[in-house]
Amino acid sequence: MSATSDNHASEHEHYFVPAQSRLPIYTALAMFLMVYGAGSMFNAMTQGHDSNGEWIMFIGFLGLAFVLYQWFSAIIKENHAGLVGDQLNRSYVWGMSWFIFSEVMFFFAFFGALFYLRTFVGPWIGGEGAKGVTNMLWEGFEYSWPMLSNPDNDAFVPPHDVINPWHLPLINTLILVTSSVTLTIAHHALEAGKRKQLNIWLGATIVLGLVFLFFQAEEYIEAYSHLGLTLASGIYGSTFFMLTGFHGAHVTIGTFMLIVQFFRSLRGHFEPEDHFGFKASAWYWHFVDVVWVCLFVFVYIL
Amino acid sequence: MTTTTHDHHDDHAHHGPAKGLARWLFSTNHKDIGTLYLWFSFAMFFLGGVFAMVIRAELFQPGLQLVEPAFFNQMTTMHGLVMVFGAVMPAFVGLANWMIPLMIGAPDMALPRMNNLSFWILPFAFAMLASTLFMEGGAPNFGWTFYAPLSTTYAPPSVTFFIFAVHIMGASSIMGAINVIATIINMRAPGMTWMKLPLFVWTWLITAFLLIAVMPVLAGVVTMMLMDIHFGTAFFDAAGGGSPVLFQHVFWFFGHPEVYIMILPAFGVVSAIIPAFSRKKLFGYSSMVYATASIAFLSFIVWAHHMFTVGIPFAGELFFMIATMLIAVPTGVKVFNWVTTMFRGSLTFETPMLFSIAFVVLFTIGGFSGLMLAVAPADFQYHDTYFVVAHFHYVLVPGAVFSIMAAAYYWLPKWSGRMYNETLGKTHFWLSFVGVNVTFFPQHFIGLAGMPRRIPDYAVQFADFNMVSSIGAFLFGASQLLFLFIVIHTIVAGKKAKAKPWDGAEGLEWTVPSPAPFHTFDTPPKVD
Repeated sequence: MSATSDNHASEHEHYFVPAQSRLPIYTALAMFLMVYGAGSMFNAMTQGHDSNGEWIMFIGFLGLAFVLYQWFSAIIKENHAGLVGDQLNRSYVWGMSWFIFSEVMFFFAFFGALFYLRTFVGPWIGGEGAKGVTNMLWEGFEYSWPMLSNPDNDAFVPPHDVINPWHLPLINTLILVTSSVTLTIAHHALEAGKRKQLNIWLGATIVLGLVFLFFQAEEYIEAYSHLGLTLASGIYGSTFFMLTGFHGAHVTIGTFMLIVQFFRSLRGHFEPEDHFGFKASAWYWHFVDVVWVCLFVFVYIL
Repeated sequence: MTTTTHDHHDDHAHHGPAKGLARWLFSTNHKDIGTLYLWFSFAMFFLGGVFAMVIRAELFQPGLQLVEPAFFNQMTTMHGLVMVFGAVMPAFVGLANWMIPLMIGAPDMALPRMNNLSFWILPFAFAMLASTLFMEGGAPNFGWTFYAPLSTTYAPPSVTFFIFAVHIMGASSIMGAINVIATIINMRAPGMTWMKLPLFVWTWLITAFLLIAVMPVLAGVVTMMLMDIHFGTAFFDAAGGGSPVLFQHVFWFFGHPEVYIMILPAFGVVSAIIPAFSRKKLFGYSSMVYATASIAFLSFIVWAHHMFTVGIPFAGELFFMIATMLIAVPTGVKVFNWVTTMFRGSLTFETPMLFSIAFVVLFTIGGFSGLMLAVAPADFQYHDTYFVVAHFHYVLVPGAVFSIMAAAYYWLPKWSGRMYNETLGKTHFWLSFVGVNVTFFPQHFIGLAGMPRRIPDYAVQFADFNMVSSIGAFLFGASQLLFLFIVIHTIVAGKKAKAKPWDGAEGLEWTVPSPAPFHTFDTPPKVD
């Protein structure tokens, strides 16, 4: 690391510190409106009264979208104006890397919950293992995974069946893995300065992402309308929808990021050696891909 | 949109701060944002302090005098949440903002606009959290640990706003931590190699890593709560195959690293101040770095020591007991290093040093009671008693909070360009020192004697010690008003401070004038 520091000493460049900006506080305000609206909406929903929470949330969301658009535009303009040096670029790289790490930890919480529930809680309620005595709460309950019978089947109506991993999920796995490959081809094309190939392969990646989301929606409709597999159908449904749902939300964000990069590419943004927006989106995409592979193994197959 | 002043490439070094409120609202300056964090934290310290005073006033005597039990529960909950997330954590982020760029010779934080976003989320989040006090059903009343099903099935409706407040303050913490890491990795001045970093920077680097690792887990657990409450999921409901104990596992997987998030930067502060007033180099610098890293690593594998009595398997009790006791090793390394730094030093006892020495002694007491609690069979007796309350207040108040006060006195000359009044500072120290011990030391005894925590009324045999404890708390609370006065007095009327007011102090922050100019180290200094 000291070698890097020495490099700085020989050729010091000015680190770009932006002037005052209204963007951050507007972002904070928009975030607040969103969550305040969401909170009001959820409470109204559960207690069965009216609220204008959804409107507050919607205004917050629009505000956030608008401010973030301005913010990213500003950063892109700064880059085009030559204000972003190597050192600031490294800050962006570290920032994005650690952001993805935080996302990894978010999924880790849900995967950890799944493993704990399956390894310990389930067998215990079923009467096996160190805390098998808890079976006395629901005598006769037998644990199996997927849980097609809950300890209390009146409070939580169990699903008749679960999603077969070898149909849609397998197709979706192939789609997402392929999309990582197409995205890498697009990246190589960008680095080789081949704009047309970049657009084609990036476009293909986006299409694959959208197809994935379509199938995922299809699967949810199937689960809700035919299998009785819902968020409220016991812990299998809870973990299934939370894990796949948050993954789906991340694929949506990732697809959106790639769409933005696609339009930037059409506008002639990106240089073979300077395309951090593209890189960051690609990293994010590979991250959601890896999460999906874990989901396919631990949620669908095992 | 970005700015009121236009083009700004290389000339920002020449203009000072903006005028009026805009300076603070739209800031991209690490010093101003640090100041905002510190004042915000100070305000939350008083808000949480008011809640604490309500608690101690009710507990002054047995019986119910002042508040309803339901409101008492809201007070203990809000006190904990406000102090942890509103007072201690933002104070350390404020110190990081002010000091890390100055200590490593950087022009600012790595991502200045995101830095301001991290701050401005907090007032919104805490306004929302505080507003729950006025909602129907009252504020959160399930303790700062918000165990399910108290926080799900039996929670007041305001829990939804609590959940979302936690979400956005978590986002703030993650962005703040990303900024700190990017700054430390990427912005060090030439020659500022890893093992030359001031210990405060090292401890913050590791703290930032902990934050990024566990704040998302907190987001995950509150999201599961949200789903259980509003969408019928069964995460924490055994009737659907879930488990309330799952809540505790996920919460404490966040919660244990969280308590180190609140103490590692304190180690860094004390490691700066004790050498300065001992006029010696810090003893065992590299062992301090490795000890900090070891503590951070261990913090991930000890969480279930908070859950010994919940019914975890025997092997789990053993593992978590032994892993927890291991933490005493690196922590002991640190304490011995501080003591050895003072040994045969040329000591003087200015206010920052007094707070730091008190930190070493009283934090060690908190550490020892932690060791007692780590013994699983003994914990069956201590669990959820005032002994636990005494333990964590010893590590948090004369631990984290004293280190923040030490830091404030130590760096106030650099921030404001003025010296605080030493007599007033020492008075503040002694009042706080006495107040803290009178408050929390008796709580060890009433805890061991069996008084449970989080109760508004208690058996008469605990009356005397509770009264003593309350008197101590009032003293401690009142002496913080003196602290506020001292800070304001310093800023308004303090004597001018030199660039380096402490003759034994070391570090790049003392090479710039006092007060530190609006922009520092536009060209990085060369570190030998």
